[in-house]
Amino acid sequence: MTLKDIETEIISEFEMFDDWTDKYNYLIELGKSLPEIDEKYKQQQYLIKGCQSQVWLHASYEDGKINFTADSDALITKGIVALLLRVLSGRTPDEIINSDLAFIDKIGLKEHLSPTRANGLTNMIKQIKLYAMAFKAKYEKE
Amino acid sequence: MNFDIQQLRKQFPALHQQVNKKPFVYFDNAATTQKPKIVIDRLNDYYNNENCNIHRGDYHLSRKATEAYENTRKAVQTFINAQHHHEVIFTRGTTEAINLVASSFSKEFINKGDQVLISAMEHHSNIVPWQLACKERGAELKVIPINQKGEIIMDEYYKMLNDKTRIVAVAHVSNSLGTINPVKQIIEAAHEKDIPVLLDGAQAMPHIKVDVTELNCDFYCFSGHKMYGPMGVGVLYGKEEWLEQMPPYQGGGEMISEVTFAKTTFNELPFKFEAGTPNVADVLGLEKAMSFISSLGYKNIQKHEKELLEYTKKKIKNIDKIKLIGTANNKTAVFSFLFEDIHPYDTGVILDNLGIAVRTGHHCTQPLMDYFQIPGTVRASMAVYNTTEEVDKFIEGLKTVRKMFG
Ligand SMILES: Cc1ncc(COP(=O)(O)O)c(C=O)c1O
Repeated sequence: MTLKDIETEIISEFEMFDDWTDKYNYLIELGKSLPEIDEKYKQQQYLIKGCQSQVWLHASYEDGKINFTADSDALITKGIVALLLRVLSGRTPDEIINSDLAFIDKIGLKEHLSPTRANGLTNMIKQIKLYAMAFKAKYEKE
Repeated sequence: MNFDIQQLRKQFPALHQQVNKKPFVYFDNAATTQKPKIVIDRLNDYYNNENCNIHRGDYHLSRKATEAYENTRKAVQTFINAQHHHEVIFTRGTTEAINLVASSFSKEFINKGDQVLISAMEHHSNIVPWQLACKERGAELKVIPINQKGEIIMDEYYKMLNDKTRIVAVAHVSNSLGTINPVKQIIEAAHEKDIPVLLDGAQAMPHIKVDVTELNCDFYCFSGHKMYGPMGVGVLYGKEEWLEQMPPYQGGGEMISEVTFAKTTFNELPFKFEAGTPNVADVLGLEKAMSFISSLGYKNIQKHEKELLEYTKKKIKNIDKIKLIGTANNKTAVFSFLFEDIHPYDTGVILDNLGIAVRTGHHCTQPLMDYFQIPGTVRASMAVYNTTEEVDKFIEGLKTVRKMFG
């Protein structure tokens, strides 16, 4: 599946919810089931500071693709992190750099990514794109 | 209750809206209060009919605006019972008032090796200006400890007062905890050693009658926007004897008496501390905010808010795994709390979806959060227009949070 296909899949999942509680219950479930990040990555150098909740993000490059693992101290943030990783992890640097993550808006979670939200997610996306650019520069020199 | 709460609420347009398709419950009053219509109308009226610069033009409108502005100074004087109206300096808010004192007082009175005392529950606005001043003057910032309930440990405070202490700066009421500090004792103890005291009154003015003469404080700072007034205006009250001795804070128009390029002589109080064109509209709005409070009376405000406090205290106790931060015996209707197992951000998001506005995070009191070893809290802070029905919605909201997060 392409990155866009996964976005479409997520959008149709969210279309099934009638109200906000279902949506947030789902996010909480996603948050709970996000694979544990390796404890050694839960350190200052992987920390993306939000004013309130924070995110840890680790990236590795293998066979042209970037794998991300992440964690957050807030469960709703973690649920959104899970969605972002589902879309962005295991993708090529170019796919990541060119993604606009429009699905976030379509599933009504855009407000969580606004820079005024103090949850670290905006900076996480920035960091993900920076990783993609860095890996591209390092491994994909023409 | 001596006023009709529904009538009262009608005076606040912003309270009557839907948020996320639910009636708006505003419990972030410690951040800023909503504004009654008389305040909003006053701003409109000023810009529609009265706008002009003051203290300068010798024409009808300017004289009128100058008079209204200066009358507000007198109204503040009466409101806080200051001895002189020139002891009332208009500022942008509490933050600017504290910065003014920290900067100006320290230049004259704080020197190398001296000490400044603040408490462990201060807002960043009553920490950082003193850090800057201490750094500049080579002085030391000392922190009065608090106990687990969120109260100043008075015995420790008494021990910290010494012949190096130049000023004590503490909150009258804590924004994160709601603690009402025993400021009278704090001031008396300091004065025994001739040490002046500054009170950060940002969170006191909306809830408690403040009488600076009775308190005998040397400086008192507050913000209009936390007491039903406009943003962008606040007050520094300072005793004449101190203000006279302090150098100006900012230079500019208004604050001078004569300027040549060689030398400037400064204007007298209060103008010495009000450089530049003042915020006339918001000052006039503040006057209406004070009238609003006076029309209710602090006694009634306190009575109503005490009811909210007791009612919420009783209800919130029954919720599972909730921990209140700040349980002082003497406090305002502020509830800082945490679910043991739920991040404050998560709680805030769910309450927001229910149309309930609370604050989550460290509330600009990071050192205080460090003391309690928590990243932050959820804070519900109430005002005179809040109702027990709103508290019920809030409690229901907390139960929903509890249910959703297991
Ligand atoms: C106790 C306290 N001091 C100072 C301030 C700063 O007030 P302002 O931002 O209006 O200058 C606040 C506002 O949050 C406060 O609660």
